Amino acid sequence: MGRTLSQKIWDHHVVRSGNDLPDLLYIDLHLIHEVTSPQAFDGLRLNGRKVRRPDLTVATEDHNVPTENIDQPIEDEVSLKQIQTLRNNADEFGITNYPMGDPNQGIVHVIGPELGLTQPGMTVVCGDSHTSTHGAFGALAFGIGTSEVEHVLATQTLPQPKQETMSITINGQLPSGSSAKDVVLAVLAEVGTGGGIGAIAEFRGPVVESLSMEGRMTLCNMAIEFGAKAGLIAPDEITYEYLKGREHSPKDDQWQKAIRFWDGLRTDPDAVFDREIILDGGMITPQVTWGTNPGQVIPVSGSVPGPDAFEDPAEQEAAQRALDYMGLTPGTKMSDVAVDTVFIGSCTNSRIEDLRSAAEVIKGKKVAKGVRTLVVPGSRKVKEIAEEEGLHEIFLESGFDWREPGCSMCLAMNPDKLTVGERSASTSNRNFEGRQGRGGRTHLVSPRVAAASAIAGYFATPEEL
Amino acid sequence: MKPVTIIEGTAVPLDRSDVDTDQIIPSDWLKRVEKTGFEKGLFSEWRDDKNFILNNEDYAGACILIAGPNFGTGSSREHAVWAIQQAGFDAVISPRFGPIFKNNATKNGLVPIEIDSHLGNQLLHEVGQNPDLHFVIDIAQRSVEVPQLGLAIEFELEGSVQDRFLKGLDDISITLNNVEAIKDFETSRGEWLPSQNSI
Repeated sequence: MGRTLSQKIWDHHVVRSGNDLPDLLYIDLHLIHEVTSPQAFDGLRLNGRKVRRPDLTVATEDHNVPTENIDQPIEDEVSLKQIQTLRNNADEFGITNYPMGDPNQGIVHVIGPELGLTQPGMTVVCGDSHTSTHGAFGALAFGIGTSEVEHVLATQTLPQPKQETMSITINGQLPSGSSAKDVVLAVLAEVGTGGGIGAIAEFRGPVVESLSMEGRMTLCNMAIEFGAKAGLIAPDEITYEYLKGREHSPKDDQWQKAIRFWDGLRTDPDAVFDREIILDGGMITPQVTWGTNPGQVIPVSGSVPGPDAFEDPAEQEAAQRALDYMGLTPGTKMSDVAVDTVFIGSCTNSRIEDLRSAAEVIKGKKVAKGVRTLVVPGSRKVKEIAEEEGLHEIFLESGFDWREPGCSMCLAMNPDKLTVGERSASTSNRNFEGRQGRGGRTHLVSPRVAAASAIAGYFATPEEL
Repeated sequence: MKPVTIIEGTAVPLDRSDVDTDQIIPSDWLKRVEKTGFEKGLFSEWRDDKNFILNNEDYAGACILIAGPNFGTGSSREHAVWAIQQAGFDAVISPRFGPIFKNNATKNGLVPIEIDSHLGNQLLHEVGQNPDLHFVIDIAQRSVEVPQLGLAIEFELEGSVQDRFLKGLDDISITLNNVEAIKDFETSRGEWLPSQNSI
């Protein structure tokens, strides 16, 4: 029987199997950041261990960094200490770190691909759940905890129990105005927050094949939101085109060798998946979350559901709690819900294509009175390209704040936070209670919908402006 | 990691589904570089509500947390596991766990026990009625017993994880027994693969 793409990558990385132990997988790239690494380095020191492959380890500062006045010292002393700890650890263990202000700095899941560090067929891990992003390149990429960060630092491997395989096929063609973000929100609406637990999900079908690398990264980024171990997409010409010429991409004859290998990274026609989901892309309109988990999704044109819309008592109860927290009444049209803040950024939607699509919507229009707006590019490189294209001027003229790169308001570890009761349209990945600041109310949307909502002052698609 | 063989004590019912790791330990706590001192961060935003179950004195001293489905979804923060342990819990029972949380739990000796959702609801209900119910969790037997209810539940635990719990083994030492296999593997990797030494 044939194998799926993820099984091929898995098999190719097994260092040791058998003896009733999980497979020991080799890790090709270990990305680290300031939040989930300090205790791992402490563990190494405590046991007198070294980093086995500093050359396969890359660090950056993203979660804590402010997005304003970055030439000044970080005001939050606890954040400053964490950043300084990463710098010290990188120095001590010989690891490349891209610090705040560096030309290569940015959100870890933006800079990996941007530098050509993420390539098809690789295993990529990071102490961050959104590591699934790198699966867009046909890599097996997943988030790990701090104990596993320490394990990879010490051994460049991870013991991993086998996973089921899951196929998510998006057929047809997306309506104009819908994006990869809407696709993944529609998948979440379909399978819920637990639908991918225990499986590696491969996104397939004509809609997926037609997406740019940026769109594919958005799709794979949120695979963890339905609980999948990883999400991935078979590499193709679009992948190769993106990779060609990047700093760490293979060059010359190595490029040819790599392509020959990458061309084999496809699911065999006779491979059988353990789980199959099929969606009609033609039905995927712009989506928005209404509740406090990313599976609570409706079309932007829809109305807030009541608990009675759900059969499962646990879901009914979750819906009621979400409605209370979000301050929403069932039956309210999303287009009647006012927005206080718009955040365009995060490892889900902060790449150049995301900024272009938002800028296109707002060009020549003004942000609605009283709406706070932030655009936080995913990396310094994204910021530079956007500025070369003049996108920053479009944002600034419309009334948006144009910030420095980092994770920012996606998880509110830096000064960018929602206040109690403040409602956001956010291009990030999690609408959990308090995720963007204590008491804040988050609605997840695409960059186009975020941009349109900033102009309208309530949830809207560009077509309604 | 210390060996974990038997866990005995009372439980607290957290009757909610989709308890993500942002709720277990809010992101402000993640700025710390230490591995201890997270107990006060556990559910810190919910603890302001005096009716929150963890504020109920009747459940003080419980060492087992019983939750609804999809417990520990979201962020990979291992701080969630540290906070739960440092607040005195040795096991969490839920019909379904967020995968990274579950994995992190096993690395620290916090036992994640997955049970059928009907049984989960029953336990939430029973413990909600009676805070003094006594639980015995036996890792070797992979069982949860509640004698007052006449309940004996078996749960799944992957063999290698069970072994690590029982012996208190550290994963890294186990892996380092394979250092020759790792070296061999490294000689076979694609030459084009990225490395910080190659630029």
